[in-house]
Amino acid sequence: MSDYNQQMIEQFRGNFLKEVESNVEEGEWVKMCMQCGVCSGSCPFGPHWAHPPQEIFMMIREGEREQVLTSDSMWMCTSCYNCIVRCPRGLPITHIMHGLATYAKRLGLAPKEQPTAKFAQLFWDNLTKTGRVNELKLGLALYFMNGFSEGIKTSLKMKDIGLGMWKTKRLNPMEMVGGHSCKDTKGLQAILAKAQEIEDAKIGRSGA
Amino acid sequence: MAKKSYSFYPGCSSQKAASASNYLTSVQSMCDVLDVELNEIPDWNCCSASIGYAGGGELPRLALSARNMALSEQAHPGQDIVATCAACWLATKETQERLHADEELMKETNEALAAAGLQVKADQKVRHMVEVLIEDFGYEELGKPVKKPLEGIKIAGYVGCQTNRPFGIAGESFENPKYLDKLVETLGAEPCENYEKKVQCCGGALAFSEPEKSQELIKGIIESAYDNGAELIVTPCPVCQMNVEVYQDQINAKYGTKFKMPVVYYSTLMSVAYGKSLKEAGLDGQVIRAKQLEEIAKK
Ligand code: SF4
Ligand code: SF4
Repeated sequence: MSDYNQQMIEQFRGNFLKEVESNVEEGEWVKMCMQCGVCSGSCPFGPHWAHPPQEIFMMIREGEREQVLTSDSMWMCTSCYNCIVRCPRGLPITHIMHGLATYAKRLGLAPKEQPTAKFAQLFWDNLTKTGRVNELKLGLALYFMNGFSEGIKTSLKMKDIGLGMWKTKRLNPMEMVGGHSCKDTKGLQAILAKAQEIEDAKIGRSGA
Repeated sequence: MAKKSYSFYPGCSSQKAASASNYLTSVQSMCDVLDVELNEIPDWNCCSASIGYAGGGELPRLALSARNMALSEQAHPGQDIVATCAACWLATKETQERLHADEELMKETNEALAAAGLQVKADQKVRHMVEVLIEDFGYEELGKPVKKPLEGIKIAGYVGCQTNRPFGIAGESFENPKYLDKLVETLGAEPCENYEKKVQCCGGALAFSEPEKSQELIKGIIESAYDNGAELIVTPCPVCQMNVEVYQDQINAKYGTKFKMPVVYYSTLMSVAYGKSLKEAGLDGQVIRAKQLEEIAKK
């Protein structure tokens, strides 16, 4: 467990709702939930959520910190925005799910082998390197993220899809060596570093 | 009508030889007919779609879209920002909303942008290409340049999630938006008006990380199109297009279905109806060929 996690446990002394309100994107909305359950019936991956959004909000209020943050539920969010347009209280549920996922990851509590957690990290690394997403490198990294032999299996399964897209000029093998990029990557990275620095200072996290 | 100019945010998937490069081709052909000038935002960057959150926190993600808006303000003042990708549109529009709702965020974002000598007001309108078509032209205007009506083709309008929620197109409902159907009709084809999966999620970016769960959703989207007699699916979103088109073989192998449903963009349909060639309409970019459209394009 990370020092940052320890530090936050001490700082908030078991008041998990307060911790979410200060450290999680749009977390100040959680207390507004009236437990109607509409959101939970809206998730496309519904049966795969161990704790659907309504339940997560209840668990936050009940202080079930570890159960929430180590859960893979938030990582099931497809960003479909069904919940947001239906919630009678107007909670930005999608963003709270993303925010909880981000926070769990920063604390070192996110489940280690969660495929979307890994993919989302790869996506971020890929885009921050050049400013634009390189679909081929992202795809290959994704297929190999579970190790080499698993990667070969996944790549073979996906090979026909890649071939179809390459034939129709929608996948470019040359991206491996060069590929798309924005020009001022230095400027972009400086912006991101500064943004990260400001955010870290706000949530009491330094270089974690 | 006079020429219309917009500040254009094409997005990663539209780049040369990327997954939606054929979308951009057809958009350009369509805009050429409608006398629309798309001025690309110089040196735009990725918006991080809806999936950047594992690596990037809230402010870094907002800063990405803010940088695009800052560059747009500099290069194309007075123009609306137009995106063709649902995720790009959503990320940019959401950033704009948040920055205006929260002074502190606006200040912090500008502090971050200053690291590259930029600043943002975020006061240009952020629009999806479909909004431009419906609001700045309207169905009647869009119907005028039709040279080859798409007669006799039954088309299911798959709107998906992010072009529809949380913002959507003005005047449309979240549960049953009708603009694709109206557009299909405008082009002389027949819409499947009772297509019940029109706003069903396809898994979005999770089609990569959770292929089985997503393909189950995609299967329903295609099945319902067949049940409604559709010969084609049309969509406004590059993520929907790719997800619904390219996994059909895998779905067939797993579920014993026999799907072979072409999935095209609204701009593909419009380009063909406006008399553009197969290539100009981006039809050579179909993994599942849209034979009926090809025949019309060749006529
Ligand atoms: S829909 Fe809104 S109010 Fe209802 S349970 Fe979900 S978050 Fe709470
Ligand atoms: S956006 Fe996420 S939390 Fe909301 S309904 Fe969709 S999957 Fe569920």
